[in-house]
Amino acid sequence: MTITVSTDISLIGHLMRRAAFGAPASELEALAGQGYDAIVNDLLHSERHPRLEEDLLERYHSEHAGDLSYQWTSSRWLYRMINTARPLEEKVALMWHGTFATGASKVINPPSMNAHYEMLRDYGLGNFRVLLQKLSRDPAMLFWLDQQTNHSAAVNENYGRELLELFSMGRGNYTEDDVRACARAFTGWTLDQVIPRYPHGYYPPRFVYREEDHDHGLKTFLGKTGDWNGDDIIDMIVEQPATASFVARKVFGFFVSDEPDNAVISDISRSFQQSGYEIRPVLGHLFRSDAFKKARFKRVKSPAEFVAGTERLAGAHREAHQFGLDGLSEATGLMGQQLLNPPTVEGWHTGREWIDSSFLVQRVNFASDRLGNPANPGIASVIERIASDRTTINPDDLIEACLYEMGALEAMDATKQAIKSELELAAPLDCSQHGRQEFTGITADVLRLIASSREFQLA
Amino acid sequence: MPSENGTRRLDGSRDGRHPVFAVLQLSGGNDFLNTVIPYADPLYFDYRKTVGIPDGQVLRLNDRLGLHPAMGPIKSLFDQGKVAVIPGVGYPEPDRSHFRSMDIWHTAEPARYISEGWLGRVIRELDPKKENVLTGVSFGSGLPRAMYLPGTPATSVSQLEGYGLMTSLAGARQRQALKAFTRMYMPVEFDEAAMILNHLGQTGRDALAAVDLLKVAPTTYESRIEYASDPLSQSLKGIAQIHLARLGTRIFYAEFGGFDVHGNEVATQAKLWGIVSRAINDFFADLQAHNAADDVVMLVFSEFGRRVRDNGNGTDHGSGGGAFLIGERVNGGVYAEYPSLEPSKQLNGDLRFNNDFRMLYTTILEEHFGMPAAPIVNGNFGRFDRLLKPLAAA
Repeated sequence: MTITVSTDISLIGHLMRRAAFGAPASELEALAGQGYDAIVNDLLHSERHPRLEEDLLERYHSEHAGDLSYQWTSSRWLYRMINTARPLEEKVALMWHGTFATGASKVINPPSMNAHYEMLRDYGLGNFRVLLQKLSRDPAMLFWLDQQTNHSAAVNENYGRELLELFSMGRGNYTEDDVRACARAFTGWTLDQVIPRYPHGYYPPRFVYREEDHDHGLKTFLGKTGDWNGDDIIDMIVEQPATASFVARKVFGFFVSDEPDNAVISDISRSFQQSGYEIRPVLGHLFRSDAFKKARFKRVKSPAEFVAGTERLAGAHREAHQFGLDGLSEATGLMGQQLLNPPTVEGWHTGREWIDSSFLVQRVNFASDRLGNPANPGIASVIERIASDRTTINPDDLIEACLYEMGALEAMDATKQAIKSELELAAPLDCSQHGRQEFTGITADVLRLIASSREFQLA
Repeated sequence: MPSENGTRRLDGSRDGRHPVFAVLQLSGGNDFLNTVIPYADPLYFDYRKTVGIPDGQVLRLNDRLGLHPAMGPIKSLFDQGKVAVIPGVGYPEPDRSHFRSMDIWHTAEPARYISEGWLGRVIRELDPKKENVLTGVSFGSGLPRAMYLPGTPATSVSQLEGYGLMTSLAGARQRQALKAFTRMYMPVEFDEAAMILNHLGQTGRDALAAVDLLKVAPTTYESRIEYASDPLSQSLKGIAQIHLARLGTRIFYAEFGGFDVHGNEVATQAKLWGIVSRAINDFFADLQAHNAADDVVMLVFSEFGRRVRDNGNGTDHGSGGGAFLIGERVNGGVYAEYPSLEPSKQLNGDLRFNNDFRMLYTTILEEHFGMPAAPIVNGNFGRFDRLLKPLAAA
C-alpha cells in the first residue's frame, strides 16, 4: 500500500463520513475502483441492498427480546449505523430526527417511539410531501405535540404551529391566522389508544381521523380559502419557496457545514423545487457539487456520528454477539445526544454546541480507548496493513499512515508534531515480526492520540 | 490561561466566606402532595384513596402539614430550623411535559424557548473573567441546561472517583498522553476557519484544568460519614469533597430521577424519599463535621407536581409542585399557603401554584448571593422575606 493519500481516497473518505458513518482506508480502497459517481449512486439507492439481518442480534441479546424501550431502540439504531449496507437511510433518519424532534420523555410509549424512528428511516429519502403526510399521522409525533387535544370545539395549536415553524416554512413566512387555520385543518387527526397508556405505556396507539371532530368550516391559509383538511395544508406548505429553503438549510447543515453558505443553500433549494421535493436527487446533486467536495472537516460530528464512526474504525460491534451494545446509546447520551429523546421540539443544538467540557471529556475518553486498543479488530488490521509491506517505518510516515488508515484524515502540522515529540518518536521503527510487539504498542499510541485530537471531532 | 500543569489562579473565594449554592433536581415530577402532606384536610384522603399516606404515619410539621414517613432525616433537619418548605411553586400556564417544564425551571423563561440557563448567567456574574473552570460543577450525565451558557465554562462530572481524561491509561503513559493532549489543544492562529478549532482547544484545556484541579478532592478528603452507595449519595459525596477541597466552586448541581410515579407510587416514593432524605442528611452532617456547612444553601425542586386525584395505582403529571431550601442560613419553617384542594380552587385537577418559581430564584440570588436578580430571572417577581439569614450572622 502507499501512504501518499490519493485525491480520490481522500474524497471518498469525506463522502463516507458525511453520507455514511465513516470508513477505514481498507474500505475506501475497495470502493475506489467504482469511481465517485457510482459510489454516490449506490449510497442513494439504498433499496439495492438488503436491510441488516438482525436474527442473531435478537438471539444473542435475548434479555432484550421484544424490548422496544428507547434505550434499546437507540442502541439498535447505532448497531445499524455501524453495520448497515444502507448507511444513507440511517443517516437521513438522523437528520429528520433532529428536525422533527420527538422524544421519549413526553411520549412515554416505547413502541410508538420505535415506530417513529422507522417512519423517519423508511420515508426519509423519499418525497418531502409524503414525509410530512406520514409525520402528521405518526402517533408519537401527534402525542408529542398534543394533537389528541386538538378538537374542532377547542383548538390546540401546538402541532399546527410547529409544522409551520419548525418542520417546514420557518418563522416569518406565515401569520398567526395561518397557524390557527393550520391547527383547525388538523382537528380530528388524533390517536386511538385502545388500552390505557398508563401505567407503563407499552401499548401502541394508532393514528385515527375522527370526521366528527374535524372542523369543516372555511379556513384561510396562506391567502387561500376553503374547507381545508390536513393534507391540503401540506400540499400548500410544500409549494412555498420558504419550505424549499428551510429544507435546504437543514440539508446543508447536516451534510455540508456548520457555517451556512447562502449561495449553496439557494442552489440546494432550487434543485429541491425542480425535483418536486424528492429528497434523493437533491442529495445526489449535492454530493456531486464542488461545494460539498470542498467542505472537508467543516462539521462537528454529532455524538451518534462520533460513536458509530469510532466503532466502525475500531471494527467493534460488527458481530451481533459483542457485549456492551447497550453502552453505545449511553455513550451518545453522555456526549449530549440521547437518541429518541431530544431535549425539546427544536432538537439538539449542533455544531460548536456539541462541545462542552464534559461532552469533550466523554468523546476523548471514548475514542482514545477504542482506537488505542490493538485488541479491537479494526485496530489490529490497521497495524497489520501498515506493517505488511515493509520492515521499518520512520515516525512521520507512521503518523501519516495512521491518519490515512482512519479514513484519510487530515491533521494540523502542530498536531502531528505534538504526537511525534510527546511519544518520543525519532528513529525508524522496526515493524518486522521481530519488532512487531513494540511496533504494535507504538502504533496504538499514535492512533489513541489521533482519536483524542480536536481534528477527530470534525467530519 | 491554564499553565502546563493545569493550575489556575482561583478567585478570592478560596479562603474568604462566599455563598455556595447546591441544587438537587428530582426528575420525573415529584408528587408534592405526598411529600408535604395536608393531613388535616379530609379532601386529601378523598382524592388519594389508594396512594394516600395514612394520617398516623405522617411526620407532622405543624397542625396541618406533615412529611412523608420516609423523610425522617429531613424532619429532623426541619426540627433544627434548617429547612424551609415552600409549597405551591410553579409558573403560569403549567406544562405537563417533563422536558418543557424542566426547561422552564432551567432557563427561568416560561414564555420562550431559550437554551441559556439561569445558573449559567449566575456563573458569569460570579466569575466574569472565567478564572475558575470549577465555579460551577454538576454531577450526573452532562451539564444541565440550567448551567449552560455559551462562552461560560462549567464543569460536568459523571463521578469524581476516576474522573479524568485518558482514564484507560495510568501512570507515565497517562501523563505522556495528557501532555500530548495539551499540545494538540493549543490555540491556533486566528482565522475564520479556526474558530471551531479554537473553541475545541479552549474547551479541551478547560476540561484538562478541571480534571487536574478535581483530582485533589478525593485524596484530601477524610470523613466519618458513610454515604450510601446509590448515585445521589455518591453525587452529594462528590460535591462535599469538592467543597471541602476549597476549589472555589460556588454552584453545585446534582440530579436524581425516577419520580414519574404513574404506577406503583406507594412503594416507589417511599424508596426514593428514603434515599434522598438520607443523602441530604449525610451531606449536611459531613459539611458540619468539617465546619463547612455555614455558607451552603441547597434547593430541592422537581419540574412539576402531580394530579390531585390518584389514578388507582399512582398519579399522573400535574402542576403545583413545591420546593425545599435547606441549610444553616435558612430560616426554617413553612413558607406560603398550601394550595387548596377544594375542587373549585384546583386548576384542571391540579394544585394551583401560589408562587412563581422566579420568586424563589430571586430570593436565592438577592439574599444568598447579594446579586441583582432581575437581569437573571428576566423580571421582577418579588421575594420571600427573611427566608435566609444574613451571611455574616450565619
